[in-house]
Amino acid sequence: MKKIYNKIIQITGNVITVSAANIKYGELARVSSEYGDSSLAEVIKIDGDRVHLQVFSGSSGISTGDEIRFLGHQMQVSFSDNLLGRIFDGKGDPRDRGPLLTESLIETGGPSVNPAKRVIASRMIHTGIPMIDVFNSLVESQKISIFTTAGEPYNELMARIALQAEVDVIVLGGMGLRFDDYLFFKDTLENEGALSRSVFFVHTASDPVVECLMVPDLCLAVAEKFALGGKNVLALLTDMANFCDALKEISITMEQVPSNRGYPGDLYSQLASRYEKAVDFEGAGSVTILSVTTMPGNDVTHPIPDNTGYITEGQYYLNNGRIEPFGSLSRLKQLVNKKTREDHRPLMDALVRLYAYFEETMEKKSMGFRMSPWDKKLLQYGMLFELELMDLSVNIPLEQALNRGWEILAECFLPEETGIPTKLTDKFWPEEMRKSNEKGKAHQE
Amino acid sequence: MENQGRIIGINGNVVTIEFEGTVRQNEVVYAVLDNTYLKSEVIRIKGNRAEIQVFDNTKGLKSGDKVKLSGKLLSVKLGPGLVGQLYDGLQNPLRQLAEKSGYFLERGKYITALAEDKKWDFTPCVSHGDRVRKGDAVGSVPEGMLMHKIMIPFYLSDQYEVIEIAQPGSYGIQEQIALIKNKKGNRIPVKMCFNWPVKKAITAYKERLSPTEPLNTGIRIIDTLFPIAKGGTYCIPGPFGAGKTVLQQITSRYAEVDIVILAACGERASEVVETILNFPKLIDPHTGKSLMERTIIICNTSSMPVAARESSVYTAVTLAEYYRQMGLDVLLLADSTSRWAQAMREKSGRLEEIPGEEAFPAYLESVIAGFYERAGRVRLKDGNIGSVTIGGTVSPAGGSFEEPVTQATLKVVGAFQALSKERADARRFPAIGPLESWSRYKGFIDTPTRKYILKTLAHANEIEQMIKVVGEEGTSLEDYVFYLQSEFFDNVYLQQNAFDPVDAATPENRQKRVLDLITGILKKWLQFRDKEDARKFFNRLRQTFLDYNTSTWKSDSFYECEKKIQAMVAERSAPFPETLLSHISLAAIEPDMNSTLKRSEKAFEHESFQKEPWDNIPENEENL
Ligand SMILES: Nc1ncnc2c1ncn2[C@@H]1O[C@H](COP(=O)(O)OP(=O)(O)OP(=O)(O)O)[C@@H](O)[C@H]1O
Ligand SMILES: [Mg+2]
Repeated sequence: MKKIYNKIIQITGNVITVSAANIKYGELARVSSEYGDSSLAEVIKIDGDRVHLQVFSGSSGISTGDEIRFLGHQMQVSFSDNLLGRIFDGKGDPRDRGPLLTESLIETGGPSVNPAKRVIASRMIHTGIPMIDVFNSLVESQKISIFTTAGEPYNELMARIALQAEVDVIVLGGMGLRFDDYLFFKDTLENEGALSRSVFFVHTASDPVVECLMVPDLCLAVAEKFALGGKNVLALLTDMANFCDALKEISITMEQVPSNRGYPGDLYSQLASRYEKAVDFEGAGSVTILSVTTMPGNDVTHPIPDNTGYITEGQYYLNNGRIEPFGSLSRLKQLVNKKTREDHRPLMDALVRLYAYFEETMEKKSMGFRMSPWDKKLLQYGMLFELELMDLSVNIPLEQALNRGWEILAECFLPEETGIPTKLTDKFWPEEMRKSNEKGKAHQE
Repeated sequence: MENQGRIIGINGNVVTIEFEGTVRQNEVVYAVLDNTYLKSEVIRIKGNRAEIQVFDNTKGLKSGDKVKLSGKLLSVKLGPGLVGQLYDGLQNPLRQLAEKSGYFLERGKYITALAEDKKWDFTPCVSHGDRVRKGDAVGSVPEGMLMHKIMIPFYLSDQYEVIEIAQPGSYGIQEQIALIKNKKGNRIPVKMCFNWPVKKAITAYKERLSPTEPLNTGIRIIDTLFPIAKGGTYCIPGPFGAGKTVLQQITSRYAEVDIVILAACGERASEVVETILNFPKLIDPHTGKSLMERTIIICNTSSMPVAARESSVYTAVTLAEYYRQMGLDVLLLADSTSRWAQAMREKSGRLEEIPGEEAFPAYLESVIAGFYERAGRVRLKDGNIGSVTIGGTVSPAGGSFEEPVTQATLKVVGAFQALSKERADARRFPAIGPLESWSRYKGFIDTPTRKYILKTLAHANEIEQMIKVVGEEGTSLEDYVFYLQSEFFDNVYLQQNAFDPVDAATPENRQKRVLDLITGILKKWLQFRDKEDARKFFNRLRQTFLDYNTSTWKSDSFYECEKKIQAMVAERSAPFPETLLSHISLAAIEPDMNSTLKRSEKAFEHESFQKEPWDNIPENEENL
């Protein structure tokens, strides 16, 4: 019972209005021109018999005489293992040369998980990156974003985490992705043999803006379904700022009153309904969401990173090609870092605290103040810390990263200067360092 | 005949209907989607049209679909069995819902809030012929560790005579346990449960009292410097990651109250999950029972329907008022009130109302004020005293306190615990900024001490700013030591380790003892060779003090650490140099009475300064 109309009464922005009856809110329609090209559209408002639709491919070129065929269902995506290894666009159509999938369709944007059916996250995802593993551990079922700016190697970082993480399925959602970056992801995963356990939904910078809005929903509907089937899924969303900008565009078209810098008042709820899809299901698999949020003007108070930070369980600040120890936060780390190694937490705290002192010393130094012996120690420490732990090229397992932390401390300080409980320094302080330090101390006195 | 309406427009979760007959503002109506009924609330009426907000996803609704009007206001069910529950914003029990429909919150699935098959041991407290009014108890049932009073429903406004009362025994909540009649002779059956509209405050008490009794949280910086009071209100604003949720979690564990109601309003589901899975395992230090036995969770997390998010805070405060009517102290913690305000903003936007600042509705302030007004300490008709204390977090956009929700909240609350990003980044937890926060309430620490500490911190902050400009070399040893002393105080007293079993909460008697010890140190004249010497000394003192903080109260190591601290300080203390007395007094009074201090001043009113801080300089070691 498909309903066909061919009288468009209004076109503004990417929204068209038709006069039609018995149309469901959220229903999809196909808008076809006389030349045969067509686009999907979704009902976003009903006002009596006036039905407003958002056209995925944009309204450009749409004629008032185009045919509108209502499909009677909402946005859907095919779900089966056939998805693996495939690449789709923001409408869910194949971007690779593979066949169109139409079996077992599922609706996107489904209901949220009952909190009573969630379990507490408890498994750490090892990335080989000390700034993550040691300082802000990534946890299965976490939702976390990389806060960064254009030009930083965020997609490289993401691909690297995806490859290191031992997950069953990788779902990549690209929004406004540059074509080069799309190829980069594809080639990297392919070369590492990970493409066969991945699904891509990619909207590139040259695709119509509205299609970008569908990407997170497609990805997360598929991810959720895999997780219900017992798989541990990692969903990568890059770049959520483009998603937010698309929301802004559509809300302005709909003449909604903007709240902050033009962004709609429901930006928080819109983002939350996506990010909250991250979940550890009781008795099944999990969905972990790692996203990229580029911050306009590197301003964390901008509505996009601001709303994101209030929703996600932490963020990694990627700045100057490094993950900053300050501002970066994994809110779930305390759920996993107590059972890694007994020295993990106190060592992590000490390393960061000393690095903070180092930054203060750098400030003093830049103002030309005299460097005390303590300051000199801090300077040496800061340099080693940046080189041997912070640098993104460092790729070592957690255990080794912790040992390296102790070595750096021992090279620069006496145990009691670190503020780590004596019980632990007795156990972990590298032996040779202890001796040479003691000698040094005796010598001083 | 049932009133009905039809859908004529849909804009997100706001739906326009055309109706016949009468409709009430805030009435519950149901949008009919095939065989499911989507609960909604009337939010605006114009002629024969009304706008309703649907508490569920509206996808699939059509123009012309039916809407059923219930004639009832949005209400919650009050009765035994609320404690320990996990509800959504509309009081659907989520655990039971999960049993029925599995992983997801499916649309249109509602379950009654209180189990009807459960039996409660009822003991009557009135007899035939007694006169009763709304709110009077007719008996009680044990609910976990508390005595749940069965009261005359609050909507019955007459005076009544008891004509039947149930024998002691087991009853379900729907069974009649009393029969009362009014002057006209109308007979009204009374059950153990009844409904009450969430947006209406319960006022069946004798009088409102002022919030003069401190509510101890076990968090030192709060109890000592920015106390909250039973029946008072406070807010915790702070940027993301500053520690609002963790602070509320700690408060919900250790606060000395009878009932804690947690309203998880538009925040992360995972945080609620931690609470629901951990609380049953945690023991309430005051009662020895599981924490869940004094907790109710109202959970409308960020991806759950936005309209229900708006109702959730009202659901929570109504339950709080209900237990207050039993003479209990109830603490309501709402995280985050900004999400509630945003839900209002979304609604207002869809209604196309004229927006105020940052697109929030013009009535934002009055609605926020109205919510916090529902806190209060009251004397009930039976002479008992009960209280509802409300603490709300605020998540200011961009982390700036200048935004509308923070500002509107500041106008109405009695205490302000401002979380600072700098303190959180420096891992100084709880990250309450001592120089920005204030409280109008009196705590258990005397006012001169509180004032002395705030001024000391303010002065130390000035020195710190100066050190940043002129460097350590340019700072006098006295100033530097003063700064180290205050920094030491911050480290070992204001900061508290939430993950340490002992340090996580400090009861009143311990706080008093530790504070005495530490203010003694602050007021000491300590001698050092140079700044390096001073820095090292305070590092060691800090380490010992941290051990002291994590030692069990009055254990051997507690006393050992205390002695060690006293000895360390004694070794360095010297007679107070005459010439420097002025320096200390300066520290205590000179910093301009900045505005935050002035607001705390309210609490200091009527308390004259018999003692100036420098009067407290101990004469001999025993005073330390
Ligand atoms: N008292 C504390 N002790 C130790 N760590 C803390 C404390 N408070 C907060 N933290 C750390 O800060 C993180 C963020 O805290 P929290 O989730 O309470 O922030 P928030 O202010 O509620 O943020 P949001 O507004 O995004 O919800 C925690 O995960 C924890 O790592
Ligand atoms: Mg929070």
